[in-house]
Amino acid sequence: MLELYGTSLRSRLLLGTARFPSPAVLTAAVRASRAEVVTVALRRESGGERAGQGFWSIIRELGVRVLPNTAGCHSVREAVSTAHMAREVFATAWIKLEVIGEEDTLQPDVFGLTEAARILCAEGFEVFPYTTEDLVVADRLLAAGCRVLMPWGAPIGSGRGLNNLFGLTALRAHFPAVPLIIDAGIGVPSHAARALELGFDAVLINTAIAQAGDPARMAAAFAQAVEAGRAARRAGPIEPRDLAAPSTPVIGTAFRE
Amino acid sequence: MRVTVIGAGVAGLTCALELAERGVAVEVLERGAQLGASACSWFAGGMLAPWCELESSDPLIARLGAESIPWWRERFAGTLINGTLVVAHGRDAPDLMQFAARTAHFERLASAQIAGLEPDLAGRFAQGLYFRDEGHLEPRSALTGLAARLGELGVAIRYGVDAPAGSPAGRQVIDCTGLAARGQLTDLRGVKGEMVLLRLREVSLSRPVRLLHPRVPVYVVPRPDGLFMVGATMIESDQGTRISARSMLELLSAAYALHPAFGEAEIVEIGSGVRAAFADNLPRLRRHGETLYVNGLYRHGFLVAPALARRAADVLLHGSHFPEVMDADHRQRRLA
Repeated sequence: MLELYGTSLRSRLLLGTARFPSPAVLTAAVRASRAEVVTVALRRESGGERAGQGFWSIIRELGVRVLPNTAGCHSVREAVSTAHMAREVFATAWIKLEVIGEEDTLQPDVFGLTEAARILCAEGFEVFPYTTEDLVVADRLLAAGCRVLMPWGAPIGSGRGLNNLFGLTALRAHFPAVPLIIDAGIGVPSHAARALELGFDAVLINTAIAQAGDPARMAAAFAQAVEAGRAARRAGPIEPRDLAAPSTPVIGTAFRE
Repeated sequence: MRVTVIGAGVAGLTCALELAERGVAVEVLERGAQLGASACSWFAGGMLAPWCELESSDPLIARLGAESIPWWRERFAGTLINGTLVVAHGRDAPDLMQFAARTAHFERLASAQIAGLEPDLAGRFAQGLYFRDEGHLEPRSALTGLAARLGELGVAIRYGVDAPAGSPAGRQVIDCTGLAARGQLTDLRGVKGEMVLLRLREVSLSRPVRLLHPRVPVYVVPRPDGLFMVGATMIESDQGTRISARSMLELLSAAYALHPAFGEAEIVEIGSGVRAAFADNLPRLRRHGETLYVNGLYRHGFLVAPALARRAADVLLHGSHFPEVMDADHRQRRLA
């Protein structure tokens, strides 16, 4: 079981709800993914007003836990006030904290991120920070009170998979007890399986499912990949090696010197 | 048969005209003080782009849209069939590939062919898609044209009239009131759309141009008199009174990215409205007693209204049934 801020979850696939062709397709994809947590971009989806009631009620009717996010926030202040609004709309202390620092890559502004995390944790929020694989930043986020980290695989929506394998495996090794969720850049189910094989606790997928030709089918594919990756991790993968290692013993084989 | 159509947006006027042309005595009630005063149709792009819509819509939209284009051509002289041009900047080439994979009925264009179609875009885009059979119209003239035609057929449009509660005795009602019907159609939601109208003499376009972008896809639709409509946002919100600064920035940046001369354009108008949509973003005809609701046209109002109007008339006059737009929940059909 995956445990996030005291909540136990069976599914290790979290689903973002933006950019689906329609709420009906979103609903079908959430069901097919068997996700128990969905993220919602409060700011962009509702235009920053408390006016998205139609969409919010569709999200609530999904019957899954909502992890509101601060997508589209570029400053500490914006992110903090969006978190306040999220707490009111969805009655949850959970907040996926994004503070964007660069427009082209949507790379997190890790300085603003740690500052906003400190403020929100002190206010009693349970913060899921969207961060890079940087170890020092991770350390600061944990010191700020975060108990889950969400490192990126690649830039948001890029579909490039796990860009910096060395950095990500180092992060995993450094913080063996902290739930780590790969947050962005996953393109296909094999990327997700890889993340779980490497020991990451879960993945969050949005664009790769929402913009697929058949989002519900892709959601089901991701669900299988995540399960396969997790099972493989628990089963203990072999270490890769440079030379062939025959699976059948050769010593004593007839006609062989 | 006598029919009252409530709502003088594109759904209401097409329904009224379809019925009037079939000899039915029709009246139209509109809560706004004049045409377009309270209809989101007034802020529409007016693109008749069934095959582009395949990118993110159910194929039903393409079918209804393809059926509607001739209806417009026969009734509104301002219907232009100049196609749609879809372009992306080099770094967003994957978006163009994805758009091509999801749509149909287009040709691929190289830079020189784009320049041939739209000389002012010469050298700006390496590749594009051309949907030759798509069209566009200016929504306000189109609504005005429909109203005039209704007048010729003796149909009165009564403005400033709130719909009576319950249907008047002896009359059938077609309710085309969009989000205002939410009290009766509780599964409707609002999707806010925002647009800007720019005037620029230095650039001319002959057809709508869609500029693909991973976050902010926009279209620029040329209109008479040097005007360009830039739209449109899609925001899950029920309140559409004002555009947000962010949306304005995005729309203007996208126009500027299409052609830098848009930086010098005059901003003539800023508009916003709320489209009514069901959960699958597909339209429906739904019968409650004597009232037939035509609703949930989402961002496809001008595109699909004629096809829906035809079906609504057939339902009223012949008791026809159209499962594709009448089943209470046709998402089951799509997602089965």
